[in-house]
Amino acid sequence: MKMELIQPFINAADAVLSQGLQGSTKVGNLTMEEEAYRRKGVAGMIALTGDIEGRIILDLEPQTAVRVASHYAGTDLPESDALIKETIFELANQVVGNAISALNDQGFHFRVHPPLLLTADQGDKTSEDTEALMILFETSLGNVFMNVALRYNKKRMADHATARA
Amino acid sequence: MEQFAAVKRSKDGQPVRYLIVDDSVFARKNLARMIETFGGQVAAEAGDGLTAISEFDRTHPDIVLMDITMPQMEGIEAAERIVQQHPEARIVMVSSVGYQENIVAALQRGARHFVQKPVKPEVLYEVIKYVLGEDGAVSNAAGAGA
Repeated sequence: MKMELIQPFINAADAVLSQGLQGSTKVGNLTMEEEAYRRKGVAGMIALTGDIEGRIILDLEPQTAVRVASHYAGTDLPESDALIKETIFELANQVVGNAISALNDQGFHFRVHPPLLLTADQGDKTSEDTEALMILFETSLGNVFMNVALRYNKKRMADHATARA
Repeated sequence: MEQFAAVKRSKDGQPVRYLIVDDSVFARKNLARMIETFGGQVAAEAGDGLTAISEFDRTHPDIVLMDITMPQMEGIEAAERIVQQHPEARIVMVSSVGYQENIVAALQRGARHFVQKPVKPEVLYEVIKYVLGEDGAVSNAAGAGA
């Protein structure tokens, strides 16, 4: 696992959750996921392609998503599938946007794909070079799980090295 | 949410009017709530760049808060088109993607400032005062929505 790739996403999620929810966020368990991804609540996935490839999944209990949305709106919002999806997608976009800003300033270039809702209970098994790290964030409004599986695109990195030489 | 001294239009003392542009309803609600605490008023909302252009023409807001990544037309292109038609437009880009190339592109194409998501109310408040310049006045009264 390339921790230098994962760390910007942990930092970004910590910042987005603690600033957005205006409360303390605790980074809980970090676990390596060698088996296929198992959805816990409602999960949104953002894929990255380019110098770094892979995907980030943000997974929340529906009630947590409603509490987060209500917090942002400043009023209690009724639970709906659209609200839950919207909340998870916006949180995922903010986390990925902040992380790729840091990575881009380090010289990595990639394309961020639009978020997708994961509906299957179980995802594809990760391969040896894209092991997934699962991070639990404990917030005042509930738990947020982030699953990160990324790897360098060796061909693109080699092309960049050749171009710089 | 934190309370701020209301920022009014200096020419008539009326609330500053905002156009909020973001494809996420969640993000728009969040910004609208902050604007209320600044004593401002939401003139209109739009979910994409094309709608933003027509809503600007319809409402002539004092400030536009514009996301970058949106369907139909992205925020930077929409900002450029609005400024071409209305050089006085004050557009603040609000995006989670805050790398240098993006910021420079937005500023070169007419945006006045950039705020990265998640938006900190105190940062947005300072940016709004800066962008309004002499056209904005901080009153003693606090904004709504404490």
